[in-house]
Amino acid sequence: MTSRSDARYFTSQKKGEVAEWRDEIHDPDRDKRKNAVKKAVIAAMTVGKDVSMLFTDVVNCGQTDSVELKKLVYLYLINYAKTQPDLAILAVNTFVKDSQDPNPLIRALAVRTMGCIRVSKIIEYLCDPLHKALLDPYVRKTAAICVAKLYDAGPEMVTEHGFVDHLRELLDDSNPMVVANSVAALAEIREKSCSPDSTVGLDSKVVHKLLAALNECTEWGQVFILDTLSSYVSQGDQGAERVIERVLPRLQHANCAVVLSAVKVIVVQLEDLRDPARVQQLVRKLAPSLVTLLSAEAEIQYVALRNINLIIQKYPDILKSEVKVFFCKYNDPIFVKQEKIETILATERNIDQVLLEFKEYSKEVDVEFVKKAVQAIGRCAISIEQAAERCISVLLELIETKVNYVVQESIVVIKHIFRRYPNQYEGIIECLCDSLDTLDEPEAKSSMIWIIGEYAERIDNAEELLEAFLDTFLEETPEVQLQLLTSTVKLFLKKPATGPQILIQNVLHQATIETDNPDLRDRAFVYWRLLSSDPESAKDVVLAMKPTIRDDLTNSPQTELLQGFLRQLSTLSSIYHKLPPLFVPHDPLRTRLLYGQSGETKNTGLDGSLTNLHENQEIVSGKKANPDPLVDLMDGTNLKEEKLGNSKNADTIQLADPVTNEFRLFYPSESTLLSADKGAGLEISGVIMRGEDNLPCYSLKLTNHTSVHIDHFQFQFNKNSFMLAPCSQLQYSKVAPNESFRCLLRLSFSGSSSEKTASPWLQVAVKSSHQCGEVFYFNDRVPLESVLLPEGRLEYEKFVQLWNCATDEYVAQCQMSELLTPEAVIRAFDSLNVFACSPASFSESDNSSVYLSAKAPGPHEEQWILVKITFTSTVGYLEISSRSFIKGYADMIYNSLRRLLLGL
Amino acid sequence: MPVPVCLSALYFMNLRGEIIMERQYRDDVTRTMAKAFQTEIINGKDRGNVPVVNLGACSFLYRRENNVYLVAVTRQNVNAMLCFTFLNEVVALFKSYFNKVSEKSLKNNFVVIYELLDEICDHGYPQITSAEVLKSYITQKSVRSKEKDGDASYAAMEKAKAVSMQVTGAVQWRAEGLKYKKNEVYLDVVENVSMTMSHTGTVLRASATGVIQMKCFLTGMPELKIGLNDKLEDVGGGQERTAGGGHGRARSKKDIELADLQFHQCVNLSKFTSEKTISFTPPDGEFELMKYRVTEGVSLPFKVMPAVKELGRTRVEYDVKIRSCFAESQQATVLRMRIPTPKHTAKATFKLSGGKAKYVAKNNELVWKLKKFQGRSEYTLHAEVELVSTLNEKKAWVQPPITLDFSVPMFTASGLRIRFLKVWERMGYQSTKWVRYLCNSGRDTKNGSYEIRCQ
Repeated sequence: MTSRSDARYFTSQKKGEVAEWRDEIHDPDRDKRKNAVKKAVIAAMTVGKDVSMLFTDVVNCGQTDSVELKKLVYLYLINYAKTQPDLAILAVNTFVKDSQDPNPLIRALAVRTMGCIRVSKIIEYLCDPLHKALLDPYVRKTAAICVAKLYDAGPEMVTEHGFVDHLRELLDDSNPMVVANSVAALAEIREKSCSPDSTVGLDSKVVHKLLAALNECTEWGQVFILDTLSSYVSQGDQGAERVIERVLPRLQHANCAVVLSAVKVIVVQLEDLRDPARVQQLVRKLAPSLVTLLSAEAEIQYVALRNINLIIQKYPDILKSEVKVFFCKYNDPIFVKQEKIETILATERNIDQVLLEFKEYSKEVDVEFVKKAVQAIGRCAISIEQAAERCISVLLELIETKVNYVVQESIVVIKHIFRRYPNQYEGIIECLCDSLDTLDEPEAKSSMIWIIGEYAERIDNAEELLEAFLDTFLEETPEVQLQLLTSTVKLFLKKPATGPQILIQNVLHQATIETDNPDLRDRAFVYWRLLSSDPESAKDVVLAMKPTIRDDLTNSPQTELLQGFLRQLSTLSSIYHKLPPLFVPHDPLRTRLLYGQSGETKNTGLDGSLTNLHENQEIVSGKKANPDPLVDLMDGTNLKEEKLGNSKNADTIQLADPVTNEFRLFYPSESTLLSADKGAGLEISGVIMRGEDNLPCYSLKLTNHTSVHIDHFQFQFNKNSFMLAPCSQLQYSKVAPNESFRCLLRLSFSGSSSEKTASPWLQVAVKSSHQCGEVFYFNDRVPLESVLLPEGRLEYEKFVQLWNCATDEYVAQCQMSELLTPEAVIRAFDSLNVFACSPASFSESDNSSVYLSAKAPGPHEEQWILVKITFTSTVGYLEISSRSFIKGYADMIYNSLRRLLLGL
Repeated sequence: MPVPVCLSALYFMNLRGEIIMERQYRDDVTRTMAKAFQTEIINGKDRGNVPVVNLGACSFLYRRENNVYLVAVTRQNVNAMLCFTFLNEVVALFKSYFNKVSEKSLKNNFVVIYELLDEICDHGYPQITSAEVLKSYITQKSVRSKEKDGDASYAAMEKAKAVSMQVTGAVQWRAEGLKYKKNEVYLDVVENVSMTMSHTGTVLRASATGVIQMKCFLTGMPELKIGLNDKLEDVGGGQERTAGGGHGRARSKKDIELADLQFHQCVNLSKFTSEKTISFTPPDGEFELMKYRVTEGVSLPFKVMPAVKELGRTRVEYDVKIRSCFAESQQATVLRMRIPTPKHTAKATFKLSGGKAKYVAKNNELVWKLKKFQGRSEYTLHAEVELVSTLNEKKAWVQPPITLDFSVPMFTASGLRIRFLKVWERMGYQSTKWVRYLCNSGRDTKNGSYEIRCQ
């Protein structure tokens, strides 16, 4: 019975074995008992088999003096306590006994395991042993983490028993590991609590303590401390210097996580240093450690490279002389190579060397990698004017290789170069035209067509070339079709001879009559009308000067966003190049709690940094007037989404609520509506939600960045689809300088309605005392569920009738999680005035579809909203079809549902 | 603010994506996540094998070891670097417990692995991961021996207390009260030299990474001090260092410049920063004291001059000359040169001035082996490769670089030397010290490679 043979337990799959195990568990022989428990645990933990029926039997084994057996039993308990909470109480005795065991290892084991079992009854018993745990350092360090677990399950209990104060005392502990774990636990509680600073302040005194502990701690403990320190806002120059000085030695640690966390603390503190020379000096000290990270395992290299990528955007000089370390080795994994290419920063001095490297890479086998290499050459050309010519000659060499994908990518890149340096390098067009026939990727094709159109007057046979493309017009992708259309028009305007005349007619005919792509059709009509009414102004419009493009690295205006990323160094956020709210599922509980607060003052430190991130995100997204905020958000925050390559967001998997394991709806979170610089110091964020009286209300947060009091707020809405209008005004609210104010603006459906199509957009005008009569405007998107009327219930027959005569329809499929069941959806929606109606003869076979109805207040009159959701649980898909009687609604319904159900 | 958590659950999966073993540290993920990983990443394509993937609300950080995927799952914005260093530690720890991490070894050591997983991480926070420490109280056989003693004896209890003090203490990597008859210290300087050379002989990139490995069999709680021949200049131009930690020795011309140094946790970093001496209380047995990196003045042990000629469509001719650049008194052991050949190679014929060569069809490469390579000597290889003629080979064949594998004992590419090694202990015993040097070629991603491009 040695452990050598444990592997055989993994394969036993015969019937009735569970009953057999039960007998064995009660066997007087200790070894047999142990093996039976072992089997049960393996079955549960690896094979995924349900052995919960053995619960009582296994738990009874817990009262043993064999530590190995005890650990197995505890493992089993963690796994099943959640599903068998009543039985779990049986284990309490064992726990209580073990938590008083003279052996500290067993005491710690009991405390640790109890913390993992989130059954309220057990947790009640946990507090006592926790208080007593403090005698032995090993138990103490376990207990510290356990407080964090306890906070997860019942925050009240933690406050009640004063565990937070305990933790803070433990920061003074003589044992470094206890200190480290207390730091970690405090950080987590701080993150989760609603009023972080009242629970756990990070003041200079605590910071001093942490810095002192740094030297003594284990490597992991150092990471905990450094990560906590990274959110510390030091008071001015000296404070920052002191922190940096103490953290610098950590750069020499063998553990990569310690090094990168230290880099992060330093980078954050650098913001507070005023002397640029000193900053340069410190930045230079970071370089060697960053480079060393590249001689670790491939995964670590990857993380390091993603982070270096951010750091060099802020401090481009830091690795200037080290460009060689980013040169790819032949055997580097492909993800490392791709990141290295992105990180190579070409300068005038090293451009020749760098170009030689890129040329080398473009000979390799991996297509994606080769494309990146070609793109990188283009980037060099665009950012370094002096080198553009050399880059182009390399590209031409590549085109001569005739390797299909290299040629295509080169053409795409050359198009960009033409846009950067108009009318400078058209001598090479002839070479490009030679490879015309080999193009089969849409992007390359449309780039080539763009070039032909743009330089039509210099290409003798431009007409012929375009004609060749036009033959297959109908088979092309929309991207190519649009480009073909525009380029033909350009050609026509530049050379209004007979040849192009036939061409233009041909293309306009095909684009307007033979395709049903609305974009293409509309654009063709616009051109047609322009050309037929006023060819001269058509010239002005079509052949207008275009703004030249610049390199995306040299123009990073998003300094605030970048700053946000630098605060996230070494975390997932720094790898995705997305701020956490975009990929960390938001916790409705927390949001709601935040709403509850009113008149909160501006937080510094922890929560402050979080809100900052929100703001950044919005500042960026406000830049473009894209009607879809989701897409917009992505555009703005993924600094280099395009460069990333895998820009497509993965399908969402929805997760269980951590506490109840139940499905929950995703409500929209508060967003910045009016940024401080647009609002002349007044910043407004908020979200429309359903108020208590079933009417919508605007949950607003007004922040005053000016130096005077602001009051006499007046809000006015433009015509909107839902006839929303403010019910009252906030005339008597006053916001002091540098403070925020939270309030609810109640809304009613008494406004005027917009025209015949539905749109979620709401235009708001704000006036206040400090604006001297000026009015600020912002746009917000009304979450559909906040405006639904209570009288939306429909009989099934009526539903079918309306369904069949609805005029606007939208159908789409999405991936869903296993938690999403018809019942869960109906239950969740009921409180939102979205009602389920089931057919009179409700058959078993039909229960995978849910029919929902609701009523919205406008436009013009009340509108029915009809939804059918079909669950295909075997494949994990969900089909949503929505219908209504007004154009634009179905789409809006779909978007709201997708967000509510899937959080997208 | 990011919480310094590293994961919510750890899965061990086989190559088909089936769970071999799992341990959940936090409540916010479920087993279904493993399914998502299986369908999207193991069976999915086109993800470029990026080791960090975000699927909806979950993030997966994974690495592979033999036929096992170690997958960390989380829903939070965790510290990714911490996560990967932790995963690497887990692999290192398992290796020290049962040599190899594979599906079979995981299943065979099921119980001890769960004990370890319980100990090394709590609530997603890494705890104690050092093998030396864990072995003091989690052993594959401990339970058996305890049971033989009958009831938990007083001695076992005392031991547990001692263990619990030690594993959390300031010097958690060393137990008190060790005794050796003969006090010995072994110190190995092992370097990996990584280089890329163009076909004309220009060095495009060269660097050496080294580790100082130690084996200590010392009594009590000794304090060690080591001196290196590095310049160790303060970048800020601060204090002048007395070279050799107080020896007052004049700085010789042979001093080298280390681009970066990284130390084992036993080294007092603050002391290193302020006094520039490497002082520490070592763990017992074997450990890695420090890692360093050199980018300037790397002396390359070998120079290779390749000439590849394509003769018509069916023949390629290779002329490769290799010269050793280290001292005559030194000697490389086992040198292996790999020359990639086109895919449709039929056969190869060789003319050599030394060693043995053959064509390995499996890897499409010629392998030339030299058992010994004296310093300041030179060998040549002439090979003719015949290709199976193919009708439509559109893309021109691109020659991948030639790679070199070698070990040169008593040589360091960086020029690093140990100046002194002092052992101090209260008892004041004498100790024997052994110092060795070894220079290897880089052989993997971590250590780089020694490659020569052919065109």
